Amino acid sequence: MHNLTLAQISAGLEAGDFTSVEITQHYLDRIKSLDTGDNGFNSFITITEENALADAKAADERRAAGNATQWTGVPFAHKDIFCTDGVLTTCGSKMLGNFIPPYDATVVANFKKEGAVCLGKTNMDEFAMGSSNESSYFGGVKNPWDTDRIPGGSSGGSAAAVAARLVPAATATDTGGSIRQPAAMCGLTGLKPTYGRCSRFGMIAYASSLDQAGPIARTAEDAAMMLNIMASFDEKDSTSIDQPKPDYTASLNNSIAGKVIGLPKEYFPENLDPAMAKTIRDAIAEFEKLGCTIKEVSLPSTPLAIPAYYVVAPAECSANLSRMDGVRFGHRCEDPKDLSDLYKRSRGEGFGKEVKRRIMIGTYALSTGFYDAYYVKAQKIRRLIKNDFVAAFQDVDFIMGPTSPTPAFKAGEILDPVAMYMEDKFTLSCNLAGLPGMSIPAGKVNNLPVGLQIIGNYWSEADMLNLAHQFQQATDFHLDAPQGI
Amino acid sequence: MALDRSDITNIAELARLAIAEEDIGQYQTELSNILNLVEQMNAVDTDNVEPLAHPADAVQRLRADIVTETNQREKYMACAPAQENGLFLVPKVIE
Repeated sequence: MHNLTLAQISAGLEAGDFTSVEITQHYLDRIKSLDTGDNGFNSFITITEENALADAKAADERRAAGNATQWTGVPFAHKDIFCTDGVLTTCGSKMLGNFIPPYDATVVANFKKEGAVCLGKTNMDEFAMGSSNESSYFGGVKNPWDTDRIPGGSSGGSAAAVAARLVPAATATDTGGSIRQPAAMCGLTGLKPTYGRCSRFGMIAYASSLDQAGPIARTAEDAAMMLNIMASFDEKDSTSIDQPKPDYTASLNNSIAGKVIGLPKEYFPENLDPAMAKTIRDAIAEFEKLGCTIKEVSLPSTPLAIPAYYVVAPAECSANLSRMDGVRFGHRCEDPKDLSDLYKRSRGEGFGKEVKRRIMIGTYALSTGFYDAYYVKAQKIRRLIKNDFVAAFQDVDFIMGPTSPTPAFKAGEILDPVAMYMEDKFTLSCNLAGLPGMSIPAGKVNNLPVGLQIIGNYWSEADMLNLAHQFQQATDFHLDAPQGI
Repeated sequence: MALDRSDITNIAELARLAIAEEDIGQYQTELSNILNLVEQMNAVDTDNVEPLAHPADAVQRLRADIVTETNQREKYMACAPAQENGLFLVPKVIE
């Protein structure tokens, strides 16, 4: 039952092959046996068993009454960055270790309206800052393909849970690669939409000009089904963009013949592992068989993405995380001697090391006298990065390359922060330019999954999903499952 | 950019972060390394480049100044780590 895709679950519920209560219980049993305890994957921070079963029962009743939608009774999970009314929402941090939000994020509300069944909240790097899920206060997550390895980050819990078939799909967020990189490392399909496509309301902010929600699923078809619910214009998010929303599943079967795919030479640098490069190039050759043409392009500002990102993201995070002050919600230190002591110790105790590093870098970059040299300079670099893409998309429909420079690495293998930042060198540009980016399974290196990154033009999510779906009809990389799952 | 110990102390003060004395050295190394990475930006001439604040160059939408939320004071106060009579408690600020 857990090998069914979202689309198959939806069809099975509609056909009466099983009830929502049955499939929900099946997944809950799997989560309890495989995810918890010392040997568990640890992909969930909270399992919402009681709510899930109540929602499943309500969904079955709604279906019996003839009011079901495609999503009614379908199980999934939320990354623990989305506020859920009455359900613990930690963002992977001790700071929010006791935070029970009084409201739902818009993305959460969208699923509730459909009668979908949320099984729990998935583990993540603290405040979405990390590329390995190792910065979570609630412990690292094991990659189901090799439990000595990390699942990627920051949406590592969502990716591991989907790869281990503990949920058919999960929500995630991507500020610099946090959907695409874990999807790549866990052999999944992940999509970061255009900035402004999904509402950020109730999605705990890391870097507001870069953050965007999107799905992690096993197939492009399932990712399309997820995006149909996640994407919405929202008055409550002032950066949400009022753009027509297509049915993302409607164009999956279109022909992709004649599409032009650009390969930036900067995404195949000389130091890229030859096995990675070959796997990616072989996958791209499949698109040629489907009638696409390949063209070399150049995105010369690519090497500037990491430096610019590590100004913009920390600067915005230092502002966003200033709301955690030990007064209105979240962790509060014991016996503060004055207001300053309350702030400093609550924050010092509540935040982990990586979060503190980024807050301090951001604070420094925004401090008097440095604003122009750092933040304004980084915003100018963002313009150059965007201009590269605008020029490239004059000539090509899509851009492709590896999602990450390596497959999943071992837990504890990368300790130096700057070395960890290099893991995102191919994914950051999308966020800086606000473009949609996707990762799909493209084969394996050393028996570990490798992701092919697809970057599309603004608002081209339906075309990207179409392209990915056609690839998945012709290949079976996405059907590969971790051993024993 | 190499930061010294007093820089770290100043930044932590501005960020209202208590950091342990024995961690200052590590922050000094790590933050200096991050700034060195960031300063690769300086190799590029950006004099005539317009800064990009929003990826779609959009501006903030405005809305009518009317109440849209209902009063849920008790629900919101329930999140507070310390409260009394519906008010947030903080250490004494004014003598």
